[in-house]
Amino acid sequence: MIPALSLQNLSKTYDGVPAVRNITFAIERGEIFGLLGPNGAGKSTTINMVAGVTRIDSGSIEVFGHDNRRDYRLTRRLIGVMHQELVIDNFFTIDQTLRFHCGYYGVPDDRAWRLQLIERLGLGPHLHKIMIKLSGGLKRRFMIAKALIHKPPLLILDEPTAGVDVELRHTLWDFVREMNTHGTTILLTTHYLEEAEQMCGRIAIMNHGDLVALEPTAALLERLGGRTLLVELRQPLVALPPGLERCGARLAGSGSRLEVPMNGGPDAGEVLGLLCSQGIAVADIETRRAGLEEVFLKLTGIGRREREGER
Amino acid sequence: MSEQRRFIPWLPFVTLLQKEVRRFWRVASQTLLTPIITASLYLFVFGATLGERISVLPGFSYAQFVIPGLILMGVINNAFANTSSSLFMSRYLGNIVDLLVTPVTPAQFILAYTLAAMIRGLLVGVAVWGISLFFAELPWANPPAAIGMAALASFLFAQFGLIAAIYSSNFDSLSMYSNFILLPLIYLGGVFYPISILPPPWAGLSHLNPLFYLIDGFRHAILGVGDLSLSIAFGVGILLASGLFGWAALLIGKGYRLRS
Repeated sequence: MIPALSLQNLSKTYDGVPAVRNITFAIERGEIFGLLGPNGAGKSTTINMVAGVTRIDSGSIEVFGHDNRRDYRLTRRLIGVMHQELVIDNFFTIDQTLRFHCGYYGVPDDRAWRLQLIERLGLGPHLHKIMIKLSGGLKRRFMIAKALIHKPPLLILDEPTAGVDVELRHTLWDFVREMNTHGTTILLTTHYLEEAEQMCGRIAIMNHGDLVALEPTAALLERLGGRTLLVELRQPLVALPPGLERCGARLAGSGSRLEVPMNGGPDAGEVLGLLCSQGIAVADIETRRAGLEEVFLKLTGIGRREREGER
Repeated sequence: MSEQRRFIPWLPFVTLLQKEVRRFWRVASQTLLTPIITASLYLFVFGATLGERISVLPGFSYAQFVIPGLILMGVINNAFANTSSSLFMSRYLGNIVDLLVTPVTPAQFILAYTLAAMIRGLLVGVAVWGISLFFAELPWANPPAAIGMAALASFLFAQFGLIAAIYSSNFDSLSMYSNFILLPLIYLGGVFYPISILPPPWAGLSHLNPLFYLIDGFRHAILGVGDLSLSIAFGVGILLASGLFGWAALLIGKGYRLRS
């Protein structure tokens, strides 16, 4: 089956600085696909090239099998884009702008669909307010409605939940899932990695314009995340117990917690047996699967503090 | 949810035109009323006060001489202001991407912006003419030519507005096009005096001013007399309009300063 979106050897350079370097991937129909990476990784440039806002230096993009430069009038109708920046026209109301957007896409206004979007995104009470009077959250909701007004089969969401409260984030994700259930393919970028982990079937990670990972979320976590055995000790230790020095184990919590990666080294039973044999009393044990955040940090090589600063 | 809906190829153009017209209509006090009041003040000064004492064209009052120039000044200023401010604000605020992601073609983009600017310019022109009836009646020697010249002037300056909006990086540079190019061209183009009364070097230099051809042509079509023949005025106007249209089309077609 022809993929919803196919990027072939896509590159983009700004003033000699590569923003996207020869990336290739495809998004299958009906997927929720996550494109992740730190700031400046090239995610938005990639999305903008797909949407037609940014010119392609080399490579090609096909949307449902159609070249997005040669057949741009068709491919742009197949895509709905919610940009990262709050893009609004202060002259008009929500209702007027939604109607205009339908027209820009060359499709007649579908009143039932417009009202459904308005109702589903809670825009009803604000329909006749001009944009400048809307709160940030309402502007985000409106931008989702705007991206969907022409019923595109591929929806691109660039940081849809940046700066919105928890309630709205849940509303937006529920809505995105609902759209996906009804057949819309979703490409999203987000800084909230736990959301990407929950939402996306497959994930691509970009760093410095390169594609550094592309696989199903579960496989990515399994391959790069693995599991860690956490052992709470009754008495803190000053050094790793003999036998655990070479398997990547470490002491945390001032020596009262032992963390042992479960990636081919001793299994949980062997670790507990070793501790018992050395008379080390165990208070509690737990195994933890690494999250996308750890995988992300590992692949992009940036510090946790830096990432938190980006939020 | 994602079924394909019927595509109407001309709908993006009609919608963009509708949006552009509604944009200036929404702030009509700035976009229509202000230029009409300005022109009315000119009419009062030159029609009812000073005009009584000035005569520059035999057989016509000064009010009759100056009114065609004031009408065309309103048309030109407002056609320029509409495209330049609308496109520049869209670039400045970033909402231009809302258009760039849609199937609106470059031709539809230019024509919708241009037509909206022409509508605004011509509305102001008609209003100024309406107010001028309180001061003097015009003979309307060749109405189709007068309408054609007003339409040509509004088209030409709509293109100039698009070009200015694309090249401007900030509000200062945009206002420079208006203050340092448009305004001198209008005031030195023969709105308030016939070029033929100027001494030779200045009269010769005035022939380099494109506004001279538009204003003289418009006045010629209304009063029946002018410094130039109508065919020369239209010829130069069409040539300039085509050049600016080609320039604007090239910029917008390439997405210059619109797409990164």
